[in-house]
Amino acid sequence: MNTYPALLIVAPLLAALFTGIFVWIEERLCYPIAVLGMLISSFSAYKILMAVLSAGVIHYRHAGWAPPMGIEYRIDTLNAMVLLLITLIALINLVASYKTILVETPDRSGSFITIYLLFVVGLLGVTATGDLFNLYVLLEITSLTSYAQIGLGDKDRGPLASLNYVFIGVIGASFYLLGVGYLYIKTGSLNMMDVATIISTMHDSNTVLVAFILCMIGVWIKMALFPLHVWLPNAYSYAPTAVARVVAPLMTKVMVYVMVRLMITVFGFDYIFSTLDLSAAVVWLATIAILAGGLMALAQKDLKKMLAYIIVSEIGYMVGGAWLGNTTGMTGTILHILNDAVMTFALFLAVGNMIYVCGHVGFDNLKGLFGRMPWTMGGFVLAAFSIIGVPPTCGFFSKWYLVLGAFEAGAYHFAAALIISSLICAILFFRIFEIGFFPEPSDGDDHAHAHHEPAVMVEAPVSMLVPLGLVSLSLIIVGLYSGTIVNTIILPMLQ
Amino acid sequence: MSETLALIIGKYNYWLYIILMMIGLYAMIVKNNLIKKLVGMNIFQTAIILFYVSIGYKTHATIPIIKDSGHGDGHGGGHAVIHAADYINPLPHVLMLTAIVVSVATFGVAMALAVRVYQRYQTLEEDEIRMRLTEE
Amino acid sequence: MRLIGFIIVCICGGLLLYGTSEFPDWGDPASPASTHLSNDYIEKAFDQTQVPNLVTAVLADYRGFDTMFETAVVFCAGLACLLLLRDYSRKKERFYRHVPTGVILQVKHPEKKLPVGTEFEYMDKDWVPSDLIIKNVCRILIPFIQIYALYVVAHGDFSPGGGFQGGVIFGSSLILLAISYNLRTLVQRVKEKALGILCALGVLVYVGIGALCMPLGGNFLDYSALTRIIPWDPHHIRAYGMLGVEIGVGIAVMAVMVVIYINIASEGRHDEGL
Repeated sequence: MNTYPALLIVAPLLAALFTGIFVWIEERLCYPIAVLGMLISSFSAYKILMAVLSAGVIHYRHAGWAPPMGIEYRIDTLNAMVLLLITLIALINLVASYKTILVETPDRSGSFITIYLLFVVGLLGVTATGDLFNLYVLLEITSLTSYAQIGLGDKDRGPLASLNYVFIGVIGASFYLLGVGYLYIKTGSLNMMDVATIISTMHDSNTVLVAFILCMIGVWIKMALFPLHVWLPNAYSYAPTAVARVVAPLMTKVMVYVMVRLMITVFGFDYIFSTLDLSAAVVWLATIAILAGGLMALAQKDLKKMLAYIIVSEIGYMVGGAWLGNTTGMTGTILHILNDAVMTFALFLAVGNMIYVCGHVGFDNLKGLFGRMPWTMGGFVLAAFSIIGVPPTCGFFSKWYLVLGAFEAGAYHFAAALIISSLICAILFFRIFEIGFFPEPSDGDDHAHAHHEPAVMVEAPVSMLVPLGLVSLSLIIVGLYSGTIVNTIILPMLQ
Repeated sequence: MSETLALIIGKYNYWLYIILMMIGLYAMIVKNNLIKKLVGMNIFQTAIILFYVSIGYKTHATIPIIKDSGHGDGHGGGHAVIHAADYINPLPHVLMLTAIVVSVATFGVAMALAVRVYQRYQTLEEDEIRMRLTEE
Repeated sequence: MRLIGFIIVCICGGLLLYGTSEFPDWGDPASPASTHLSNDYIEKAFDQTQVPNLVTAVLADYRGFDTMFETAVVFCAGLACLLLLRDYSRKKERFYRHVPTGVILQVKHPEKKLPVGTEFEYMDKDWVPSDLIIKNVCRILIPFIQIYALYVVAHGDFSPGGGFQGGVIFGSSLILLAISYNLRTLVQRVKEKALGILCALGVLVYVGIGALCMPLGGNFLDYSALTRIIPWDPHHIRAYGMLGVEIGVGIAVMAVMVVIYINIASEGRHDEGL
């Protein structure tokens, strides 16, 4: 049992290094090594989740030193859930993207897999760590690998989008680092729990206030909260398919996790909501983010760009929920980290399949797609329903908690924004459905029926369809088990 | 008067880092040339290093390498008692070693991206790139 | 834009200044940062690890987990440059000098090559060949730089230095070769494949030493577990563990420096450049 927290992160790291070596010797071995590493990692994440559920918080001391001096992994139910989410999404995407990697980066697929694994290692480390500075280092691995991966995308626009992302990403990470420095100068410690106990006695210090603001701004830049979102749409829409599919669901969500972790563990609710009075302002900001994201999505003519702006809007949901200042809102946010990751993943898997078949996904290129790719569109419809928030899918439940939390806190504008955003999403996706049906309207959106003209059907390969099917089904399964997840994972952590 | 002076002298390192950092941030926001932005980014990151190293400094203390460590006899036993006040804080230096490496790595990747941008647009001026993009 | 930038800068600067008002004075020995953890490190680290350079002790042992990822960051950067820039296509035109006459020939066909040897010499398009003095001085200097780099790596436990610094010095000695001769000389001496493998191998040495501790019963990177296979006393083994990871760091940093230089200088073609 003891070694799983280390294995979780060392397995993909070792896999990355071995692929880095085998790139030069025998490139065909890279892919199996990567899959093996991710399998071990997923299995460890599963074991960790089970252990945390049965025995409580896990502590793992790296290099064997006790926490304030050494670096410690502190894994509670929230980490464990996000860790499992990351490993599973990364594993499924690796399987689903086998063909797209070969098509989009033909002469450097081995190195690409290496950098992909390092990206996953970064995400896992950010999530598992209990040390503020370790979080920064892992954050930089994540950013650096995502710069490289995005730069590999679209030949014309990819590098420029990535370079702009570098500038903004560096500012974000540096602000976080400065915040940590301000905490360090006041506390002399870097361990999250240690810092939390020390600053609980200095709530009126303005250095701690500035540290808090700096950390939050840094994290908001990295997660693309509305006025700081400018890098996201270009970066995500010009990235290679295999990258967009994992960066879009995971990067922003992990940053939301970091925000939640800082709020819960390091600064504490007492400090944020009692001592400071920023909550109302941030909820307003989130409200604006939701509406602005939705409106900008309406103006897009490309499916990938549209989804990117929907992500901007979803970030508003999560930030707003976390800052409502009550347990229901926070529950909604944490549940939405899970749900939004799965929904976005399903959407981007479907879009990836479309790109693999059709080349690009401008709206004019989607005509008659229901006829040509019924299975892919089936998954897309399910994911779209989840984003809109139709009941059996998981998107509904987290939105429900968020709306309840908004009413509890008296933030009616936030609740209204959530509902308006659902309407906007409905408009957005039904427009896509309409385009998809356009040339020859078929009977209903039941994709399972075989279509009348099999000659025009050009589905994506099975290796890409099966993951999409799995993830779409899990949308409903996660939705049905929302109550269990809230009661066993989220609520125990918030008390 | 002497109090303000004491305040300034007591914290001038922290003020200097803020000035340096803001110079970098200004260059990153305002400059038109991508390489100038990169240089601004480097100044910005270096300012943070100055800040951390300032935290680590202690008056009347030396670099954190133990003197008379008794190495050479193979066991290191019998060395003098170590006083914490004699050595400066090693932790910020460790952190900044990491931060330096991170900033060099970021700079390398950013340079590679800038080369790619130049190969595509034959310019590194942002307004010219934007013009090219609208023309297409 | 200038005005907006100025306003943002003023707001940020003001915020940061506001935060400094409660800072302890610069160099204050009683500040929390200099008392809370720092004293523990200074007083205990030497006893626990037998490494007099406390920065190395904290870097490679107490916070060795950070440093492992720091090395991984370096590896990422090298790999990213390779991925983004490496261009496997042949260059369109090449220049040759006919050595006996000094006539310069331009070959436009990408596939055709002249036999490079005593008669013809491949030359860069816009790079003046360095002169005799520079070449010879650098040729004599480079081995000394490399030995110094090895010293810095090996002596990192006792004096300022360590894997990163030594690796950078070693890498720069190779870059000096490229600058004083030309890029092709470097690429011929140090094969791209070797550099690529060394990048990953260096990090692998680090992670491998860390991972080796796990089946031996310790936590990840807990060097004291290595006593099971190497019979030294548990304090000294930490110092040797640190030396091991520093060597790994040195290899990775050296290789990555050269990879970044070659790729950026030649825009990924590995033939000619700065």
